[in-house]
Amino acid sequence: MAEFPTDLRYLATHEWAKLEDGVVVVGISDHAQDALGDVVFVELPEIDSTCSAGDEVAVVESVKAASDIYAPVSGTVTEVNSNLEDSPELVNESPFADGWFFKITPDDPSAIDTLLSAADYQVVCEEEH
Amino acid sequence: MGNKTPLYGKHEALGAKMVDFGGWDMPINYGSQIEEHHAVRFDAGVFDVSHMTTVELHGTEVPGFLDRLLANDFTRLTRPGQAMYSAMLQEDGGVLDDLIVYDTGEPYLMVVNCATREKDLNWMNQVAENFDCTIKERSDLAILAVQGPNALEKVTATISDAQAAAMSELKLFQGTWTEGWFIARTGYTGEKGVEVILPADEAPAFWDRLLEADVAPIGLGARDTLRLEAGMNLYGSDMDETVTPFESNMASTVFMEGRDFIGADALKTRQSDQQLVGLVMPGKGVLRAHYKVFSNGREVGEITSGAFSPTLQQGIALARVSETSADMSVEIRGKQNPVECVEPPFVRHGKQVYKPKEN
Repeated sequence: MAEFPTDLRYLATHEWAKLEDGVVVVGISDHAQDALGDVVFVELPEIDSTCSAGDEVAVVESVKAASDIYAPVSGTVTEVNSNLEDSPELVNESPFADGWFFKITPDDPSAIDTLLSAADYQVVCEEEH
Repeated sequence: MGNKTPLYGKHEALGAKMVDFGGWDMPINYGSQIEEHHAVRFDAGVFDVSHMTTVELHGTEVPGFLDRLLANDFTRLTRPGQAMYSAMLQEDGGVLDDLIVYDTGEPYLMVVNCATREKDLNWMNQVAENFDCTIKERSDLAILAVQGPNALEKVTATISDAQAAAMSELKLFQGTWTEGWFIARTGYTGEKGVEVILPADEAPAFWDRLLEADVAPIGLGARDTLRLEAGMNLYGSDMDETVTPFESNMASTVFMEGRDFIGADALKTRQSDQQLVGLVMPGKGVLRAHYKVFSNGREVGEITSGAFSPTLQQGIALARVSETSADMSVEIRGKQNPVECVEPPFVRHGKQVYKPKEN
């Protein structure tokens, strides 16, 4: 059974987001990594690039498919998880911690509040089945 | 719900992720597809391939029927039980299916793909009308493939002494009936191993004994990356009715001289610049089916099968192209990624074996 940590916010496209010291950390959910299967490659955004909420900013490639990763909020990419270059399996092993993708300094820190709660996101996942 | 093999309950009990495959509910993986891939390359794994269609060929004129039906030359086989891989062609030279036929004597044994079952049976029945040959489907049988460097040793521990003795006599690409089971030294992975055709009701117990002997269950996901690394075609992806065996890297399975098989005349006259080649991507990323392939900056074809190779740790693919060169690339999400054009196979017996293709 997939985990849905309640301290995170989610997109219906299976990204999670968390506000940490004014920066939004982004990754993909446990449900998403399980559906994708073994992750073999992650294409990360450029540091200092700007993005708007809903932009395709990264790509995750699994044994099954290539999937776009969308920016949950507007802002500037300030950090990427370079460990994923050599260890993409971290996305499967630790989707909510070591498998994070990138960090965005948001234009508006309160924008994260408009994203789905864990409970609402869980409903989205259940409806997919 | 789709068709279920005799091992469906075993897959469910192992928590396999099930998918529809040609109308069958089949396991895509039992957890990690990459771990399953490595289990076959470094140890031993078992695949349920009972969805494939097993047929028996009865009658006094089966060899003549096969000589007419198949692009490969059945009369060249010399050892009893020898296996032959062949394409079955339409009149225009297009590939109807690829298959394995075993020279067992009557009734002869053949295994064809599941997705093409009905088309194949109709075609074979039509061709068989001119011969004393009848085609009988054996849907009462299951097929388990056990593959990997330790496969033979582990299978030996799970079968009867008589069966083990019969198996030990087999050469590569040879099969034999033993105590109601057909055991053949064939496979779809590029490793040592056997394919075992056995009564459906005996398959679950054999499966359990293999798992007890530390043979890993392997799903269709790893089956696909293993066969791709081994440079083996998948019907419906790498070839179909629109292409000939010459356009599908199958020239070595076509014997034209002095023969009159269906499609032979068309192969003599049909002109084509298309060929199926291997691609390896040195940079990071994954090659996938239908990505466009470029040579010297010009689009020359597309990928027919692609994957991330767990053994080589890079993107590999089979592609049908009209030209090869030293300057080839694949377009991924709008960007050109350099690739090397090679001759498959990519991997044999766990080791990198591909060679650069001469242009």
